[in-house]
Amino acid sequence: MNGWTAITSRLNSIVRGYRSGLLTAADYNNLCQCETLDDIKMHLSATEYGPYLQNEPSPLHTTTIVEKCTQKLVDEYKHMLCQATEPLSTFLEYVTYGHMIDNVVLIVTGTLHERDVQELLEKCHPLGMFDSIATLAVAQNMRELYRLVLVDTPLAPYFSECITSEDLDDMNIEIMRNTLYKAYLEDFYKFCQKLGGATAEIMSDLLAFEADRRAVNITINSIGTELTRDDRRKLYSNFGLLYPYGHEELAVCEEIEQVRAVMEKYPPYQSIFSKLSYGESQMLDKAFYEEEVKRLCLAFEQQFHFGVFFAYMRLREQEIRNLMWISECVAQNQKSRVHDSVVFIF
Amino acid sequence: MSGQSQRLNVVPTVTTLGVVKARLVGATRGHALLKKKSDALTVQFRQILKKIVSTKESMGEIMKESSFSLTQAKYVAGDNIKHVVLENVRNASVKVRSKQDNVAGVKLPRFEHFTDGEPKADLTGLARGGQQVQACRAAHIKAIEVLVELASLQTSFLTLDEAIKTTNRRVNALENVVKPRLENTISYIKGELDELEREDFFRLKKIQGYKKREIERQMVAGKAFAEEQAVEKVALMKGISFNSAHNILAVGAEKDEDIIF
Repeated sequence: MNGWTAITSRLNSIVRGYRSGLLTAADYNNLCQCETLDDIKMHLSATEYGPYLQNEPSPLHTTTIVEKCTQKLVDEYKHMLCQATEPLSTFLEYVTYGHMIDNVVLIVTGTLHERDVQELLEKCHPLGMFDSIATLAVAQNMRELYRLVLVDTPLAPYFSECITSEDLDDMNIEIMRNTLYKAYLEDFYKFCQKLGGATAEIMSDLLAFEADRRAVNITINSIGTELTRDDRRKLYSNFGLLYPYGHEELAVCEEIEQVRAVMEKYPPYQSIFSKLSYGESQMLDKAFYEEEVKRLCLAFEQQFHFGVFFAYMRLREQEIRNLMWISECVAQNQKSRVHDSVVFIF
Repeated sequence: MSGQSQRLNVVPTVTTLGVVKARLVGATRGHALLKKKSDALTVQFRQILKKIVSTKESMGEIMKESSFSLTQAKYVAGDNIKHVVLENVRNASVKVRSKQDNVAGVKLPRFEHFTDGEPKADLTGLARGGQQVQACRAAHIKAIEVLVELASLQTSFLTLDEAIKTTNRRVNALENVVKPRLENTISYIKGELDELEREDFFRLKKIQGYKKREIERQMVAGKAFAEEQAVEKVALMKGISFNSAHNILAVGAEKDEDIIF
């Protein structure tokens, strides 16, 4: 495969080493038994999170745990990014564009509502930070935003798609976010195709799943809102298993049962939707997460491709979600619900 | 009690008695009315207490649910959904207005929540977790409703408590201080008036006795005079007066030169 160098091999082994540091089912079982957040901290101190949590003073809060775990992910990511060479470095940057989009949208929203930029910056996801992010606050409309700030960021090509929406009201911002994300996914997909080989093969599978999941979620979440069918159709990414016929059908769905009928035509998603009983959307999210984790884990089975980096980042994020869920359940005394949403990775 | 021996400092006259009696009637009526008010307030008080207990019980459950729904939203939509929602807010959509209720003349503050403006067409978390965000929103609105209701009940409870205390104090003051004092005054005035009456009666008796004695004395004097008259008549008939006869020796011995002994 082109671009596979000694450095890439080294990073490949590092990321596989990181992967073995992910929490196992046994760890999750132990964590689920915890009575207090301090117990969780104690259990985590035996894992790779230990050094990040050890200096936290005792009245521990869920947000602290999540923050520290995210910090670990960010540190690992930076470590890899520092050492990476082209094209892996570009690939790694692509992985964080999703967070970057979220941060840009958050800053723009906050600016429109006249919030303090410094405060907004603290709320941004650390993975999605870029140098000129603070200057976003000067923007009053999309054209200005693009001209002054975004043109220098990697997000510039994505913005060209939604530059037409002049005024930034709440509706437009959420649509903007999704349009950006759609453009990002398509670009990422193209990039992976360009890389070719095993990377293209594995990443196209993972990104197609991501695109399809977004399509289904957008459909379900836009049922009963002002979002028109055409607008909805525009937010679907132009690849993936559902493209194009599934998208046409999803665009006209008015209730969740119709979505189910559409999705059951596609064998890979049949199992997800057949598990759902009537009107349970919380379960749908978990089912999607489980399916994603399964696919991400499979990415580790092949050698010589970049998909492992993407898979590792995603698995870590899922792990942080799991930890958040467990600690929230423990903190709120809802231990009966603790198994509802935890997705075991191994 | 201290009020037992007390009475008003008044002049014991019939007019004052009338005035005090009127006051007593007024006090009795006021006491009855206040007692009724206190009872009405107590009934209300008990009702509110019952409601507070049930609301508090349900609140525990609802708060739990709402904070858990936030967790669910965070799980699906990511930790940052909190900030996304927060930055989207311009002004509060659920507000509280206060009203006054009137229970037996006591003004009870009452809070009501209302939704300000149209609920926005919310597309937050369109790609992930939109439904959870909506569910979380609904759960928290429910929690706010319960909180507002509880706040309203608690405030009413305190106000009512204060009102009941004041009313009871008034009832007790009327019952134990004002009324006994008026009653004492009335009995005092009555006593004084009786005393006066007895004095008058005694005086009349005295005067009567005096008059009787006087009449008797006059009768006796009359009789003596009549006897004297009779004696004088006899003496005139005999040619000498007993008196002059009587006196002639004594007087004639000194002065009458015609008589020579």
